[in-house]
Amino acid sequence: MSLVLEARHIEGGYNLGAGFLKAVDNCDLYAYEGEIVGVAGESGCGKSTLAKLIMGFTKPPLKLVGGKSIVDGIDIYGLSWKERRSLWGKVVTMIPQASMNALNPTKRIRDIIFDVVKEKFPIPPSKSEVLDMAKKRFEEIGLDPVALSMYPIELSGGMKQRAVIAVSTLLNPSFLIADEPTSALDVSTQKLLLELLYTLVRKKIVKTLIFISHDIVTLRQICDKMCIMYAGEILEISDTEAIMNRPLHPYTKGLMESVISLSPSIRKTTLKGIPGAPPNLLNPPSGCRFHPRCPYAMPVCRKKEPSLREVEEGRFVACWLHLR
Amino acid sequence: MAEKIVNAGRLIVRYKKLLIGVIMLSAMVIFCVPGMILYPVDPRAIIFRDLQPPSSTNPLGTDVFGRDVLAQLIHGTYNSFRIGILAGLIATLIGIAIGATAGYFGGIVDDILNLVTNTFLVIPTLALLIVIASYIRIRSELMMILIIGATSWPWTARAIRAQVYSLKAREFVDLAKISGLPRHEIIIFEILPNMLSYIVMCFTLQMAGAILSEAGLSAIGLGPTALITLGMILRWTIVWEAPRIGTWWWFVPPGLIITLIAVSFLLINSGLDEIYNPRLRRMR
Amino acid sequence: MLRVENLTKIFRTGFLGKGEEIIAVNEVSFLLRKGEILSLIGESGSGKTTVARLILKLLRPTSGHIYYKDTDIWDIPSKTYWRKIQAIFQDPYASFNSFYKVDRILKNVFKLFPDKISEEEKDRKIYEVLERIGLDPKEVLGKHPFELSGGQMQRLLLARCLIIDPEVIIADEPTSMIDASMRVILLNILKELSNKAGKSIIFITHDISQAFYVSDRVLVMYRGRIVESDSVEHILFSPQHPYTKRLISDVPKLHEKFKFTLT
Ligand SMILES: Nc1ncnc2c1ncn2[C@@H]1O[C@H](COP(=O)(O)OP(=O)(O)O)[C@@H](O)[C@H]1O
Ligand SMILES: Nc1ncnc2c1ncn2[C@@H]1O[C@H](COP(=O)(O)OP(=O)(O)O)[C@@H](O)[C@H]1O
Ligand code: SF4
Ligand SMILES: [Mg+2]
Ligand SMILES: [Mg+2]
Repeated sequence: MSLVLEARHIEGGYNLGAGFLKAVDNCDLYAYEGEIVGVAGESGCGKSTLAKLIMGFTKPPLKLVGGKSIVDGIDIYGLSWKERRSLWGKVVTMIPQASMNALNPTKRIRDIIFDVVKEKFPIPPSKSEVLDMAKKRFEEIGLDPVALSMYPIELSGGMKQRAVIAVSTLLNPSFLIADEPTSALDVSTQKLLLELLYTLVRKKIVKTLIFISHDIVTLRQICDKMCIMYAGEILEISDTEAIMNRPLHPYTKGLMESVISLSPSIRKTTLKGIPGAPPNLLNPPSGCRFHPRCPYAMPVCRKKEPSLREVEEGRFVACWLHLR
Repeated sequence: MAEKIVNAGRLIVRYKKLLIGVIMLSAMVIFCVPGMILYPVDPRAIIFRDLQPPSSTNPLGTDVFGRDVLAQLIHGTYNSFRIGILAGLIATLIGIAIGATAGYFGGIVDDILNLVTNTFLVIPTLALLIVIASYIRIRSELMMILIIGATSWPWTARAIRAQVYSLKAREFVDLAKISGLPRHEIIIFEILPNMLSYIVMCFTLQMAGAILSEAGLSAIGLGPTALITLGMILRWTIVWEAPRIGTWWWFVPPGLIITLIAVSFLLINSGLDEIYNPRLRRMR
Repeated sequence: MLRVENLTKIFRTGFLGKGEEIIAVNEVSFLLRKGEILSLIGESGSGKTTVARLILKLLRPTSGHIYYKDTDIWDIPSKTYWRKIQAIFQDPYASFNSFYKVDRILKNVFKLFPDKISEEEKDRKIYEVLERIGLDPKEVLGKHPFELSGGQMQRLLLARCLIIDPEVIIADEPTSMIDASMRVILLNILKELSNKAGKSIIFITHDISQAFYVSDRVLVMYRGRIVESDSVEHILFSPQHPYTKRLISDVPKLHEKFKFTLT
């Protein structure tokens, strides 16, 4: 299988008045054709920033300070901003966080689509061609093409999210990044959306999907591989099943122990969650960034930063408990 | 250092409309306020020869009565500004009061106030102004301000109503209610501060509108007779057929200044809109 | 504590209410007992928030009644009522007025009390409540809302309730916009408030597993109606209404994958 995403040593953040906020620090992420990769972590840990850096969407104050991102064989940072822009939507597309509420309320869905297409092609295809493409895509993802002539407010949350996905995948990008697409939906709508994302990849409408969410239970439903982020760094990457059966990093354990499972005994148990709050990225803690909240913290954790290593076959962890 | 300059450059490019608008407006203000002191010629004094082209004694020449055009322009701009600010203020305040009440209370209060607003909105303002102004015989500056202020509020009320209507559904308003805050405090201290930027934008447009209304009304002879305003200067040029007799120095400058003021307010407004309206700012 | 009888709310839109009708809440009745957590579950748009707003006297019912200790809530002076019934809402970002520092929302509640309270007394009370809820006053006070995380904001809003010390707290999807790791911490506080402090809580959610975690009894709401109400055990093992069954089957589970078939 071929590599669709190869992001190496990605480092970047925001130029703020108070200094440089490094929201993503030395992150490596690979994704193969046909794979769904989940990115999990608490809000503010840098998931959205990582996604933007992968796409090359470095709009100030965001800035890349190191590393490279190769998408479908194209070195993103070898291109100018203008060249990158022409790739978005065609090679790589992001469904931004909360994008379903960013649809222009004064336009019909089909006009929104025309605008998108017009921006991407120097010589845009005719409206009827675009409309045919859109109808086909709407049908593929189980949305009635009637919705094309509706306004965003006339659609329910789930339909809006589907419309956003249809618009984003219209030009058949090989690589799709979905940033928290399920977070604002109720469970039933969420399930439908998960099914849709799953079929997008399985039907090869997109080659690879990166699915970002703060909720590992949602991620685990469709992701082949999972990547856990904390305070701008990747702490653990493995097969989903491996992580679910035996999380190695204490933070991953904490996330799993925060999950409320559906069982009668749940009412008698007291889940712990992860006490404390994520650190301020302008001034991260020394050593392992998780040490102030880690129940297993050792003296070495405060002093030296553990790096991401393969500790067992296919299992990458950054934690002194597993590094000898 | 280089980075600072680049950043400053970026800010300038980003806020160019606002910046140009503010510079133009400041130029107008500097023209009239210190101008009155630096150019202490009485605009009413008939002390020169009439209809003189620009010269070293009269930089913009004289009008048909032999008054200095530059001095008139300085005082006219100042007075027009004053009318614009005060009338704009009145219109904005009425607009806020009616719009916020309608939006906050909703229901029948909203329906009635909406009806009133829409009625005012469909009547052509200028026509209404002409009718009112020709009925009211006292042509004072105050009257002018009140008439303009009292007729131009409807679209501000509309805009404010829509904003309040959407803000009142926000949870902080419910929380304020169940914290026992009285209604007027909720409107004034919770809702209105959240739309301050919007109110400022409405106010800039109202000022531009008021200055144009003054010019229009005065030009057709309904202006404050005893006051020099840009509109009154235009009025005299029309009465004495300045364009026909070719005294460009008399009629071009006031028209130009009115246009510049209106354009600068519009630029400020649209510059502010770009900053505050996330949709225009999003993903460029 | 609270008795809700045949509560109905119809929204009318359009000029003089002549437009479309939306029946948001339809003949809803239930009881809230002292010290219990009652969950109200339903998908979005099912009318949960409308019920909450009706109970909070933020909306007038179209028909039906709500009684607090046998008195119709509309016969109780609002300030008195709001000292007994308080709430925390879904969206922490919208719950704070971004124009002010967070302290304001805590100080505002003292307006509910008839007596004059000195500033020191207010500060003392605020510190005490923040600590009780596991928030460091130094870390949160004097900040603007956007400087805090969603979890911190929701806990501040819970602290706001505790300053008032009401008998009933209505929690309208308080966890839906915060991280899972913070979610259980907030839910644990709610549990403790009911177990230790004897508060009655109406917990509104679309996630049945959260309802099961905190509550004693569950009401399932669907299109404005309550379609099922029972103890957690009964609902989990023998859900009656098809909608309840769907809610249970749609919850993603940690140790299982959804099975999707390609069509
Ligand atoms: N536009 C921005 N300007 C400044 N800081 C930002 C911006 N966007 C995000 N950040 C900061 O970067 C960090 C990571 O944010 P983000 O990537 O959005 O996290 P996540 O998507 O995991 O919630 C946070 O500390 C956030 O405050
Ligand atoms: N102020 C209102 N005006 C008109 N319709 C409303 C209003 N508030 C809620 N609704 C409608 O009532 C129904 C129930 O809404 P809501 O109580 O917010 O549901 P939930 O909280 O379960 O998502 C929805 O169809 C919604 O559109
Ligand atoms: S390195 Fe130390 S502090 Fe960090 S997660 Fe591992 S044990 Fe905990
Ligand atoms: Mg994000
Ligand atoms: Mg709701």
